[in-house]
Amino acid sequence: MPDYILSTSNRMAKRHAREKRFKWYGRMAIFISIAFLVFMFSAIIFRGASAFQQTKIALDINFSEAIIDPSSSRDPELLKRANYKPIVLQSLSNVIPGITERRDRNRVYKLLSAGAVFDLGEQVAEEPNILGKSKKVWLLASSEVDLFMKGKIDPNISEDLRRLKDRDIKWIKILQSEGRIKKKFNTTLFSSGDSREPEMAGILGAAIGSFFSLLVCFLIAFPLGILTAVYLEEYAKKNFLTDFIEVNINNLAAVPSIVFGLLGLSIFLNFFNLPRSTPLVGGIVLSLMTLPTIIIASRSILRSIPQSIRDAALGLGASKTQTTFHHVVPLAMPGMLTGTILGMARALGETAPLLMIGMVAFIVDIPKGITDVATSLPVQIFLWADSPEKGFVERTSAAIIVLLAFLILMNLCAVYLRKRLERRW
Amino acid sequence: MFKKILLLSLITLGLAACGGGDIKPEVAASSESRDQIKIVGSSTVYPFATTVAENFGRSTLFKTPIVESTGSGGGLKLFCSGLGDNHPDITNASRRIKASEVERCAENGIDDIVEVKVGYDGIVMANSRKSNQMNLSLKDVFLALAKDVPDGSGGLKPNNYKTWKDVNPNLINNKIEVMGPPPTSGTRDAFVELAMEGGCKTFDWIKALKKTDKQAYKSLCHTIREDEHFIEAGENDNLIVQKLNANPNALGIFGFSFLEQNADSVQGSTINAMPPTFDNIAEGSYPVSRSLYFYVKKDNVNKVPGINEYLVEFMSERASGPDGYLAEKGLIPMNPDEHLKWKSSVLSLEPLMLN
Repeated sequence: MPDYILSTSNRMAKRHAREKRFKWYGRMAIFISIAFLVFMFSAIIFRGASAFQQTKIALDINFSEAIIDPSSSRDPELLKRANYKPIVLQSLSNVIPGITERRDRNRVYKLLSAGAVFDLGEQVAEEPNILGKSKKVWLLASSEVDLFMKGKIDPNISEDLRRLKDRDIKWIKILQSEGRIKKKFNTTLFSSGDSREPEMAGILGAAIGSFFSLLVCFLIAFPLGILTAVYLEEYAKKNFLTDFIEVNINNLAAVPSIVFGLLGLSIFLNFFNLPRSTPLVGGIVLSLMTLPTIIIASRSILRSIPQSIRDAALGLGASKTQTTFHHVVPLAMPGMLTGTILGMARALGETAPLLMIGMVAFIVDIPKGITDVATSLPVQIFLWADSPEKGFVERTSAAIIVLLAFLILMNLCAVYLRKRLERRW
Repeated sequence: MFKKILLLSLITLGLAACGGGDIKPEVAASSESRDQIKIVGSSTVYPFATTVAENFGRSTLFKTPIVESTGSGGGLKLFCSGLGDNHPDITNASRRIKASEVERCAENGIDDIVEVKVGYDGIVMANSRKSNQMNLSLKDVFLALAKDVPDGSGGLKPNNYKTWKDVNPNLINNKIEVMGPPPTSGTRDAFVELAMEGGCKTFDWIKALKKTDKQAYKSLCHTIREDEHFIEAGENDNLIVQKLNANPNALGIFGFSFLEQNADSVQGSTINAMPPTFDNIAEGSYPVSRSLYFYVKKDNVNKVPGINEYLVEFMSERASGPDGYLAEKGLIPMNPDEHLKWKSSVLSLEPLMLN
């Protein structure tokens, strides 16, 4: 039938309308999911962006040897723990006039973070030559001052309702007029472990904990998963036993992650007596969780390799093992790696199993190995979200941004591998 | 190319296996000489314990203790499960240790426990500053939130109060909406025991019931209604504060430290005409306040380095004293006499006596 007759027919118009409608449904579905994503991201970034800056206060510190190191021992441990409070107070009273009483002095000292003196100690321990000299140093401001500088404390509400009083704000104004108070890039966030004071808290400890856990997870889950998949796909006979194993692997992939945590608690901690709260146990538990994902992904990749490749190799006289390891597995490797990375990305975001094995803990020291106690990034987010201090609100969102960045990076890696190395038949 | 990958993966597997094997003797060796204090327990005490731990770690040569937030009950379970290296040295609790837990400890060889009182914590019922402050009595709280309430003729009826005005004609005509923690929380336990039971006891016949049928008394006073008027809002107190801002008619139940940090957006209701202020809680005149504790294994004090010094730091004037840094974190400190008494008994490691 010629086209023009069709296009005028009533039924044809309906068919076109249906197609158009369907296209619009599709577009709407995409639009709604993107809107959700944009909403989530913008909410997190809006809240977290300010955490990447931290208020600092510049003071001219006179590193008096008589106060810091009266015995001239130059012992770094002693220098670190020396009493820097009088020096800092002296510098503060040089800048802010009219603080003589003890109460005022204590109050003005609170403008600085409790960690400021520790930072000074570290600095002096690192370069002891500074003793006896005077230098302008940028010190961490307290969380309250930081929030005020970021516009998160309204100075117009009644004084009783604020933790930062009018007097404090007056002092901040004095510092501001001398250019001694500034927001700078928040290096602490990336260079220190957890802390009870928001301005001193960082995610490095948690990030390294996550790294070690994932390392252990990879070292265990990758070889085990690949070998299982290759054996089941290339060697095993199809019988009741392999079917049974396959069903179990599929079930395992759907088990809620908290169950793996309970398993880790009863087997690795209570039975094998492995150390609690360590990335070693965390990694083992996460590897149990990722294993089924890797096996399932690897098997489907192996199945997608054309039979003709195996036949050709066997036809040329290669053994079964040669065929598998010289031809089939190398072709499947990119896909297997992709599956592994996606599994690990899921493991990176997991908190529930770590809850049971004691990784939800306050840990200040940065872990140095898989048997040191550690937390992980999502756990750190969980702990900060639960803290009463207001400064942790923005830091929680900042930690989420960092976690998301890692996840996106891992997923991009997977996409790149697939695009770059995948072969099509 | 592939052989390399296989070899690598086999080596890593081998390493992982050996790694697992290697670790064990190391752990066994370190069981004699763990050099880091392990603390578990209540999420209410967690902010205070971590603050002390951090200060202790920074100002001494000892490692910063590890503090896990497991809840009071979970912490005591871990604490009492054994003496060795893998069991915690200290557990925090937002309630006192129970006799059954002391027995459990004794069964596992933990005979001497040192009890340390940290201070006090108030539980507040707060609403958004957008609406008016509520003035409640314990009786109002009980009638608004209990599952069954007295019907006025000596019997019980299911709680059908819908508005605060139904409960008490002097209160506003707003729907009862209270957000509180789930039953796993220590805050919930304390709220039920102090506020609900406190209001419950104001009925004479229920008070009399305590002597005749303790079980019935408990189930009546301790059961919170399960309809839309009481909302379980999860363990996260920050979330409750945010929800209060979104819903000015609702009340939230949480710890005093959250009220203090968010005083610009939420206000605590007065209970029995007492506003939840620092002084009222410290004096004990605010009715819904509880004591916070932690427990130390006496046997471990000499085994794990630093426990003694941690106790010294915790009981020091600058930490748990009236103007200490814990007070700034929202802890209600003990009065100076009580503080001094606890300090001397803790530092001499007097073992716990339950009376």
